[in-house]
Amino acid sequence: MSSANRSARPLSPHLQVYKPQLTSVLSITHRATGIALSVGILYLVAWLCAASSSADTYAIFAWFNGSVVGRIMLFGWTFCLFFHLYNGIRHLFWDAGYGFELKAAYNSGWAVVGATAVSTVGAWLLAYAVR
Amino acid sequence: MTDLRSPVARVRGLGSAKSGTHHWWHQRVSAVALILLVTWFVVSLILNAPAGQANVRAWVSSPVTMVMLIMTILFGLWHAALGMQVVIEDYVHSEGMKIGLILLIKCLAVLAAVSAVVAMLRMAFGG
Repeated sequence: MSSANRSARPLSPHLQVYKPQLTSVLSITHRATGIALSVGILYLVAWLCAASSSADTYAIFAWFNGSVVGRIMLFGWTFCLFFHLYNGIRHLFWDAGYGFELKAAYNSGWAVVGATAVSTVGAWLLAYAVR
Repeated sequence: MTDLRSPVARVRGLGSAKSGTHHWWHQRVSAVALILLVTWFVVSLILNAPAGQANVRAWVSSPVTMVMLIMTILFGLWHAALGMQVVIEDYVHSEGMKIGLILLIKCLAVLAAVSAVVAMLRMAFGG
């Protein structure tokens, strides 16, 4: 199609004209947490490599993990992991054909939000308690 | 509507993408495996709270941890590479850049997988 014709065609509304809804926000968060976790698993591998390396190398890694930035990153990855895990299970139910009704999609969405919040905070509290 | 495809093309059902549902299915298979593996990973990490290099080494060197951790990392990297491929295909529209980035992601995944396994074996058997 020529560019003259294209300019006259109606455009589909851009993303930003829509009011954010729970379903759309969780959808993009699933993708964002997936990207973050892809980086996170490389960080996990780097941690194992550092642990198998010299004491000096591991000390650098341990120092960064204990720093404020390091802790924020680890807390962020904990959130991403639980969110992606719970919302991923929600996706698998959809794949199997369940939970498509509007009410069910919202209920499962809020369940994911609640479970993620409880698990993220709970995991850190437990980790500190065990230590 | 007349179907211009040959009978064999129709039977294979691969369409213009020349690929079937393998990507989608592998994403789901690895997802199901990761539900169990990630649950183990979180519980094991909290219970053992491996702080300090000696404790990390002791944790990794136990056979159960090593088997589970290797599987978690391999399935995780597989799942991550498949997911990142979809993200790249959605947002990168230059064909060369797209193929280059997907290759880079796959190389990184293999590099990380081998590095992780070697690091763990070294901790358990390297002395």
